[in-house]
Amino acid sequence: MAFFKLLRSSPLSARIGLAIVLINIAAAILAPVISPYGETEIVGDVWVSPSPDHYLGTDHLGRDLFTRLVYGARNTIAIAFVTTVLSFMVGALCGFFAATLGGWTDLSLSRGVDIIMAFPTLIFALMVLSVVGTSITSLIIVIALLDSTRVFRLSRAVAMDIEIMEFVEAARLRGEGTWWLMRHEILPNAMPPLVAEFGLRFCFVFLFIAALSFLGLGIQPPTADWGSMVMENAGAITFGIFTPLVPAGAIAFLTVGVNLIVDWFLHLASGLED
Amino acid sequence: MQNPHILVIKQLVIEGQSGSQWTPIVKGIDLTLKKGEVLGLIGESGAGKSTLGLAAMGYTQQGCRISSGSIQFNGMELVGALKSDLRRLRGNRIAYVAQSAAASFNPAHRLIKQYAEAPIQHGLMGFAEAEQKAVDIYRQLLLPDPENIGYRYPHQVSGGQLQRAMVAMAMACQPDIIVFDEPTTALDVTTQIEVLAAIKQITREYNTAAIYITHDLAVVAQLADRIMVLRHGNLVEESDAREMLADPKEDYTRQLLSVRTLRDGKALSIFDRDVILEVENASASYNGSDMVLEEIDLSIKRGRTIALVGESGSGKSTLARVITGLLPPSQGRIIFDGQELPGKLADRDRETLRRMQMIYQMPDTALNPRQRISKIIGRPISFYADINGREKDVRIKELLDMVELPATYMDRYPSELSGGEKQRICIARALAAEPDLIICDEVTSALDQLVAEGVLQLLQRLQAELGVSYLFITHDLATVKAIADEIIVMLNGRIVDAGSARCGLRNHCPIGQGAASTLIIGVGLNGRGKNKLPHLACLLTRLRRCVNGPIQ
Repeated sequence: MAFFKLLRSSPLSARIGLAIVLINIAAAILAPVISPYGETEIVGDVWVSPSPDHYLGTDHLGRDLFTRLVYGARNTIAIAFVTTVLSFMVGALCGFFAATLGGWTDLSLSRGVDIIMAFPTLIFALMVLSVVGTSITSLIIVIALLDSTRVFRLSRAVAMDIEIMEFVEAARLRGEGTWWLMRHEILPNAMPPLVAEFGLRFCFVFLFIAALSFLGLGIQPPTADWGSMVMENAGAITFGIFTPLVPAGAIAFLTVGVNLIVDWFLHLASGLED
Repeated sequence: MQNPHILVIKQLVIEGQSGSQWTPIVKGIDLTLKKGEVLGLIGESGAGKSTLGLAAMGYTQQGCRISSGSIQFNGMELVGALKSDLRRLRGNRIAYVAQSAAASFNPAHRLIKQYAEAPIQHGLMGFAEAEQKAVDIYRQLLLPDPENIGYRYPHQVSGGQLQRAMVAMAMACQPDIIVFDEPTTALDVTTQIEVLAAIKQITREYNTAAIYITHDLAVVAQLADRIMVLRHGNLVEESDAREMLADPKEDYTRQLLSVRTLRDGKALSIFDRDVILEVENASASYNGSDMVLEEIDLSIKRGRTIALVGESGSGKSTLARVITGLLPPSQGRIIFDGQELPGKLADRDRETLRRMQMIYQMPDTALNPRQRISKIIGRPISFYADINGREKDVRIKELLDMVELPATYMDRYPSELSGGEKQRICIARALAAEPDLIICDEVTSALDQLVAEGVLQLLQRLQAELGVSYLFITHDLATVKAIADEIIVMLNGRIVDAGSARCGLRNHCPIGQGAASTLIIGVGLNGRGKNKLPHLACLLTRLRRCVNGPIQ
């Protein structure tokens, strides 16, 4: 109920963002129902213009672009979501541990993270993925690990601010263990910035997957995914065909939607006036 | 003939939003202010004094609105004025000094840069000129080393100096009115005097009118020409300062004026020899070399209260940290109920932790804002006594009842409570553990006078009922007089004096007496004492210097 109340007071931009995200999620879930053809089915000529048979035309192999787009939403969003959740679980947990325990734990975790962050993310991902191979699982684990370093930094900083509060000291004096401190004293107070960060990271993850797919190390064909769809159809641009812009537009659309919601969360968390 | 009034507020009504409803906070108040006049606004928290003070600048806090009435500054109507017009006035003709200087300065910029911001913004002077003026004003405010202090960062000066730097900032454009919103509440007694003296001198010198908001009558008596007493958004009484202090008309004013009741000499019980906590020869430091505490000895008897007095920085709170185990002592022993305690918190068993509880100065930060009251109080119950379910709820209600709060508060969050109520929750949380000793770290200094008195009475009553001992850390001698059996005075990490609250201090330590005389002058409240403030500040500085010297 509190959620609906909050929703009613939300600004227009947040509602638009929410609508965009819901449309995307609906498309992802209902992919087999709403798509007219199969995900990998070749149904016509290459790069056919939009028509009642093919709402958005066809791609470079003659597959229905609309179908690919809907299935692509499924893969892209699901993978991005799982990756972000994973990176937050790892990153926030380590960050909170570092902040509450301090000393050697903090030092070793922080320096470890520094080392990972010293490599450019894309290069690091390319390196690891070319060694372990590009299965979806390894993709998720590698990106989650890379992302968790940034989550670690944020959650450690936030937790340190909370950790010096007297209510944490009071709990410590009571004799509470580290787990309780993290779960009941720190986490609830760290939620607003972490939630906002979650939205941003989510965007970055599917942009990152798109970048990897574009380089050929992301999601492997024939699985549909927005990033690889841009890559596969990139050549069409030279012939003045708009096909690669469709998946690129979908990425932009979802990014904007998620960011509109994130802005609203940030606004709520900061408590600033309009 | 020019209007002698620089500020005229008529029938001002300000409403605050709670949920979807608007409730009045200030209910039709008239206020006038002459040039160069100092008006004191007093009242307990929630009286609407800050709201009224901010309204003098044509400003309301978020969630508030001016629903009717008029505010005229120098003939110009501020209600409904353009934002750009208001912006030209604020900081320029009307300035504001907030309660906590530490929270109001930007830690990343030097003081002088922040000083110069307003005059440059308003196009009054360039940076070089502002720099020179700053030095002048710093000198007038008796800041040490006025030529260079401006080039320090906020964290490099003390709390009292920072507060004076903020007064200097408010004076930067030589405004017609300054609104002081409790500028000395967060400072200790001796520092307060210095800041007040500075404020008084500088407003006199520049003939600046001031609205001084406070809950402390002693302060307002020193500064104000006229006093308005507010309660629940209404004006209770308004008159000349001297007149009001000599002859208050309303009961409420009299109540505010009455000095806190003294603790009646409690008969020594059979417990008298029964010592609950002993600290033997304890020293401690934060970095291993600079001793913050040196050779502290003290003992607390069961069911009694010891007050630990001293200026800020004297090591009072550090001693509390040593006793609770947050900072292991580098030497010395802590004996609790006949048993020596390990220095480190992690080595102490749960039972020991249970028997020693702590209450903090700031109830805002001592309560987790995302936990309901039932969880805050309920956790120690289930943690120590392993009581859960309905039995726990019953116990929580008992505890709420003990601290005189309704059982319906169980489902509330701390932000839905007032300052005094929050502190009562902190007390209830400490009591939930059924402790033998409670360490109270400045528990009343963030509360206003009446609320603080209520909290002190509650603590006294609980002591009588439960026989719990208190170690009471404070810099406020009025609190000491109200609650303590024994007094210990600390200075620079050492105990310099001790004695019983009734018979006075043994060594007649000047710092203790200095603070005591401050209190007496503050509470004595006669009009004649008003001009003695700067003098008193000098006296205190001298006292402190002599104490720092050859006392040991």
